[in-house]
Amino acid sequence: MSGDRRTPKWNDLEVVAGNGLLDRRVFLAGGAAFAAAITGYTLSEPVAAQQLVDAPWSTTAGLPIPDYGVPSRFEKLVARTLSNPSGAPRTQHARTPHQLLTGTFTPNGLHFVISHSGNPDIDPGTHRLVVHGMVKRPLSFTLDALGRYPMQSRMTFIECGGNSAPLFSREPVQGTAQALHGLGSCAEWTGVMLSTLLEEAGVDPAATWLVAEGADSLAVSRSVPIAKAMDDAMIALYQNGERLRPGNGYPMRLLLPGWEGNMNVKWLRRIKLVDMPAMSYYESRTYAPILPNGKAYQFYFLQEIKSFITHPSPGLSLTGPGVYEISGIAYSGNGRIAKVMVTADGGTSWAQAALQEPVHPKAFTRFRVPWRWDGTPAVLQSRAWDEAGNVQPTRAQIIAQRGETATAVTNAAAFPSQHYNGPTSWAVGPGGDVTHVYA
Amino acid sequence: MRRCDGARVRRCEGASACLFALAMLAFGGGAARAQGPGLGTPVSEAEIAAWDISVMPDGSGLPPGSGTAAQGAPIFAAKCAVCHGASGKGGPNAALVGGAPLTSGIDTTKTIANFWPYATTLFDFTRRAMPWTQPRTLTSDEVYALTAYMLALNGIIDDRDVMNAETLPDVRMPNRDGFVVRFPEKTP
Ligand code: HEC
Repeated sequence: MSGDRRTPKWNDLEVVAGNGLLDRRVFLAGGAAFAAAITGYTLSEPVAAQQLVDAPWSTTAGLPIPDYGVPSRFEKLVARTLSNPSGAPRTQHARTPHQLLTGTFTPNGLHFVISHSGNPDIDPGTHRLVVHGMVKRPLSFTLDALGRYPMQSRMTFIECGGNSAPLFSREPVQGTAQALHGLGSCAEWTGVMLSTLLEEAGVDPAATWLVAEGADSLAVSRSVPIAKAMDDAMIALYQNGERLRPGNGYPMRLLLPGWEGNMNVKWLRRIKLVDMPAMSYYESRTYAPILPNGKAYQFYFLQEIKSFITHPSPGLSLTGPGVYEISGIAYSGNGRIAKVMVTADGGTSWAQAALQEPVHPKAFTRFRVPWRWDGTPAVLQSRAWDEAGNVQPTRAQIIAQRGETATAVTNAAAFPSQHYNGPTSWAVGPGGDVTHVYA
Repeated sequence: MRRCDGARVRRCEGASACLFALAMLAFGGGAARAQGPGLGTPVSEAEIAAWDISVMPDGSGLPPGSGTAAQGAPIFAAKCAVCHGASGKGGPNAALVGGAPLTSGIDTTKTIANFWPYATTLFDFTRRAMPWTQPRTLTSDEVYALTAYMLALNGIIDDRDVMNAETLPDVRMPNRDGFVVRFPEKTP
């Protein structure tokens, strides 16, 4: 669809903030006619009206149904980007293409993955989960046994502590939403509450932490406070209804809703109850960001409130003046998203976005604002609030506390620091191209 | 879910501490959380021994055995230098010696000498994860020797110091006090 389609209605819509942001309530009442007028984002040129004829696929029988469905062959570009496709001895990252997805849940094949030594090829029949240490009864669980426990499903985002790290660069790093924010995804996870298994094992009241460990070759391990384990931690067995994908921990992972991705230990095989943190490699060294004064943060458990605009964003050009939908993702490790505000004039004025219901706690929430772009330069940014009263900090606030790099970062895959949860600003140029800026 | 009532609440410092206290009360008091069918198989610590590789900062979990830097040097040359460079100076993978002051910038490369708070982590990580292509093939003596070698390369211990379950936890790492707990209310 082109950018300059018109309906009789769009000219009447109320502008609620600078540079053409429109009232979100158009989505709520009488939105159907309007929705048809909203343009998509396209990489190709607008197509002129033409005489319609039957295409080849309409005049012959279609292909057999595959046993496991995959996207249309025309959707090959909707894929993760890989940092280490040959599996060289170092970490592999696969980033979610946020700018090519919408809705709130990440398809399993596009869920982000970080594997520090590749995905182990685990036989579920021989995999075991052991709970031991400061417990009355050390126990071992098979996957079949866990399948007979009471299960729960919950929507939860998982985000790497290093997601959005390029925004610590002194100068804005150019990259898509995928390159900058692709190490976070959201799924429906189903499994057994960890508290149920801990109760069966009988935890010594003197235990304050547990050490969770994977069956991967590096035996990645992280220490988790027992309060979190008893609150909402889950042994996740299913991801969006099917078994976990190998990259996401098949056949089982620890799920700590709202907490740092690496702590959600994949390929989980062991939980040891202890009375101090293990100070494992990943907690004491890797996921401990350096502060400007030379100290470093330790136990940065939470993925705090964040939002970013996915449509438009770099790679999704606007095809001309007209009405567009600005949309994006907001989430908070502290609970539900309560409000998202969007600006089109670099922060001078703001419009409230519509939130896609239902809004789940600690899950991606899709926000949308209608926008009439007049073809002049605009700077888009979103800012989120959660039900616990947390507000997404500005980049200036984060930099004041956490610092930024002394020189510009040139590699979008670098991790100059961690836990950036400030805003992302997209500049729309007169030609409709979108670039990353600081505003 | 959360029932903060009466005297229990007043003893709670914050919301998460409150939850924690209630969870523990529910636990100790036998009040049921989600009840499972009890399908865990009892397992002895002896049966778990091969998996139980956690080493704590106080040294618990360290196995018997010992090693020195001199014993570690040839093992390092044979099994580690291909990735970490001769004498740990860096190669395809990280340098294991040296490091700039952490005040050089938030993106300063973290090293054993400038960052790691505990020497026990060096033993734990080497034993569980290295050499990268053949993890958990080193003997305890070899891990002690390699740990001693990497600590001595960085001038943290002396070349002749013997590393074992008693001496390793007492090694004081240069950046031991370099940390700020980000969420004290959630950190026991
Ligand atoms: C095939 C290459 C390879 C070999 C051989 C190898 N390593 Fe490593 N080493 C790595 C990689 C990759 C990492 C990073 C792991 C990560 O971050 O997940 C690493 C990380 C480390 C670290 C942590 C460094 C830091 O400061 O973060 C230590 C210590 C280490 N290796 C020690 C050893 C020792 C000792 C040996 C020999 C027994 C060895 N390595 C052999 C690839 C290798």
